[in-house]
Amino acid sequence: MKKILSGNEAVARGAYEAGVSFASAYPGTPSTEILETIAREYKGIHSEWAPNEKVALEVASGASYAGVRAIAIMKHVGVNVAADPLMSLPYTLTRGGIVLVSADDPELFSSQNEQDNRHYARFAKIPMLEPSTSQEALDFTKEAFAISESFGTPVMLRTTTRISHSMGVVETGEPREPNTPSLERHPAELVMLPANARRRHPVLEERIVALKGYADTSPLNRIEMNDPAIGIIASGVAYQYAKEAFPGASFLKLGMPYPFPDAKVREFASQVRELWVVEELDPFMEDQVKALGLGCRGKDRIPICGELTPDIVKAAISGAGTGKAAQPVLPGRPPSMCPGCPHRSMLWSMKRNKCFVCGDIGCYTLGFLPPLDAIDTTLCMGAGINHAHGISKVLGPGTEKIAAVIGDSTFYHSGITGLLNLAYNRGVALVVILDNSTTAMTGAQNHPGTGITLEGQQTTSLDLETLVKALGIEWVRTIDPYRVKEARKTVKEGLEYDGPAVIISKSPCVLLKSRNVSGRMLSVDADACTGCKVCIGLGCPAIEFQDEKAHINEMCVGCNVCAEICPADAIGGDV
Amino acid sequence: MNVLMTGVGGQGIILASDVLSEVMMRYGYDVKKSEIHGMAQRGGSVMSHVRFSREVASPLIPLSTCDILLSFEELETARYVSYLNKGTHVIINRYRLLPPTVIAGKEPYPDITPILKEKTSRIHFVDGVALAEEISNPKGVNIILLGTVSTLLEPEEALWTDTISDMLPAKIRDRNIEGFRRGRRVKVG
Ligand SMILES: Cc1ncc(C[n+]2csc(CCOP(=O)(O)OP(=O)(O)O)c2C)c(N)n1
Repeated sequence: MKKILSGNEAVARGAYEAGVSFASAYPGTPSTEILETIAREYKGIHSEWAPNEKVALEVASGASYAGVRAIAIMKHVGVNVAADPLMSLPYTLTRGGIVLVSADDPELFSSQNEQDNRHYARFAKIPMLEPSTSQEALDFTKEAFAISESFGTPVMLRTTTRISHSMGVVETGEPREPNTPSLERHPAELVMLPANARRRHPVLEERIVALKGYADTSPLNRIEMNDPAIGIIASGVAYQYAKEAFPGASFLKLGMPYPFPDAKVREFASQVRELWVVEELDPFMEDQVKALGLGCRGKDRIPICGELTPDIVKAAISGAGTGKAAQPVLPGRPPSMCPGCPHRSMLWSMKRNKCFVCGDIGCYTLGFLPPLDAIDTTLCMGAGINHAHGISKVLGPGTEKIAAVIGDSTFYHSGITGLLNLAYNRGVALVVILDNSTTAMTGAQNHPGTGITLEGQQTTSLDLETLVKALGIEWVRTIDPYRVKEARKTVKEGLEYDGPAVIISKSPCVLLKSRNVSGRMLSVDADACTGCKVCIGLGCPAIEFQDEKAHINEMCVGCNVCAEICPADAIGGDV
Repeated sequence: MNVLMTGVGGQGIILASDVLSEVMMRYGYDVKKSEIHGMAQRGGSVMSHVRFSREVASPLIPLSTCDILLSFEELETARYVSYLNKGTHVIINRYRLLPPTVIAGKEPYPDITPILKEKTSRIHFVDGVALAEEISNPKGVNIILLGTVSTLLEPEEALWTDTISDMLPAKIRDRNIEGFRRGRRVKVG
């Protein structure tokens, strides 16, 4: 049947058709919809949100050890978190097929860096497939499982934002029967202590050589001969851009760019006059072409930073311009926290206490923007608490107060160990955990604190305060961030406390049904408003400033924070 | 054919571009569509590239090759002028959502007509909000304007309305089909 599917939906469909039994992921743009689609449409596959990507890959490999096909899904930076199991997994025995999906984000539409995860395939010595269309996203997912089982290796399927989120026409197929789970003991292949791992390493090296042979002959890598004047090696969406720009050129389209198909590349190079490698981000394929002693062009003209477009590829190869159009200067629409967001008032309360705030990743990172200007560092998930500890340790007492702010999902992902360290190593910092009962940034996924699984079952709901105390934190307060005066005072106490302190700022995301705002619009008494702009300092999209007065627009959801902080008592409404 | 849809989050652009894509697939074309999710949220800029022909390579529309630009917000039209050429039809919903800097009084809401006129003379403003009120479906501007765009495309009315009826939930089906027909009566050709 023909359907229009996004790349992510097509990967989900491919997993279903491949007979996958088990799927695990931690959300992250642009990968999130893969597991969401599996959970919604293919209920025969057991699917779970993991608290982080390392867990996702490890539970999937457990399922594979038990003989079934399993898939672990994450965004590019998630693979960093899963890198430890990833590096040793190829040493162990593969029973059921195991596939790791890495969704990269050239152009950083929604990420903290622009890393090229194709390097991971080479680093871990596992094959990597890279689809160029939704149809290939489906087909290659199935192929990845077939390769995984026939060669006994984990396989990486790498997409990018433009593949994951673009839609295309897909011909779907019939599902394969899932493997039957069974337990077998293979300690020599499953217990990676030095004696065993030493024996497994050559197995891995031989396997990657065999896979190179497969890459040379597989239809995944195909030569499309046209005009021999220009020959282009390309993969992923860059192949489509190059096709668009040079429909008459010859192509070597690599659906499996690792291990690199040396023989096929040599064959293609010998048939064309000018050889180009068109790829987004790093010169991953280009370096391998050059290592074969072949001359080629690529990153001398094609940018490493940002995503490509058909125009950029055309400009680079034809040597004319940059392919980027001059943009008219127009007012922007920068992202901001939603009206009524509980993070806003908590960050405001922290800022009013003039502390240095080590941030983390989530909606609250937007508190970096003016007028809040409330975040001083953001590196990767879970880093904030550790930054606060490192900074406060070296600065010592009597200097600026140090705080960290972290969302609940991020805390469960990789914040717990940081807090444990803070307690263990006797740090002096205030940690504010923003508990909005969801993973908001990526579209409101459940997590271990919400009491509901991805499949909609009731489950244990983690008690944050008990956990924090168990980690060794004695000073813990749970507060309602909308009660600003109390929040400000509690922050002050926490900052003054001579030891590790934790505030749990508890209030559901305003996009959730359980939100605790009135939903009724507030208004400004124009006579009472002095135009002091204190409320404007919240950066709430529902508050406008015109004719020297504040006005509240229809985006207001009645959180009442502006009314609480208004020095003139000019904001009200029936809340 | 290259159709670009632009506007702000919450205007139903994704649904309109989904319907267009489905219609063109049923009509027999290869279709690709690309949009950016992620940070896109209420009030943020949204754009969707829809391409259809016998075979489509890039999911992104190359610069200067847009055939139809359908914009649901005035200012957002001007952000994408680099995609226009002198044959491009530009259909603009007469609606302004003031960006934060304009709300704060830091800069004026720009006059977009001169920016567009440098590229094409085929500029049509449509009062989508008024049309939606006329048929008492204030949330239906997206499908109404899709109706207007449909007059520039090959498929016949029945394929559009059948597709809408297959894709939309029962509760809002009929009023959107009515909206689509109302939009189709607006002349822009
Ligand atoms: C290693 C890694 N995985 C996933 C992501 C994507 N991501 C960014 S923020 C976030 C979670 C945000 O949830 P939370 O901390 O609860 O804050 P909220 O957005 O709800 O305010 C995720 C999953 C990432 N940036 N890095």
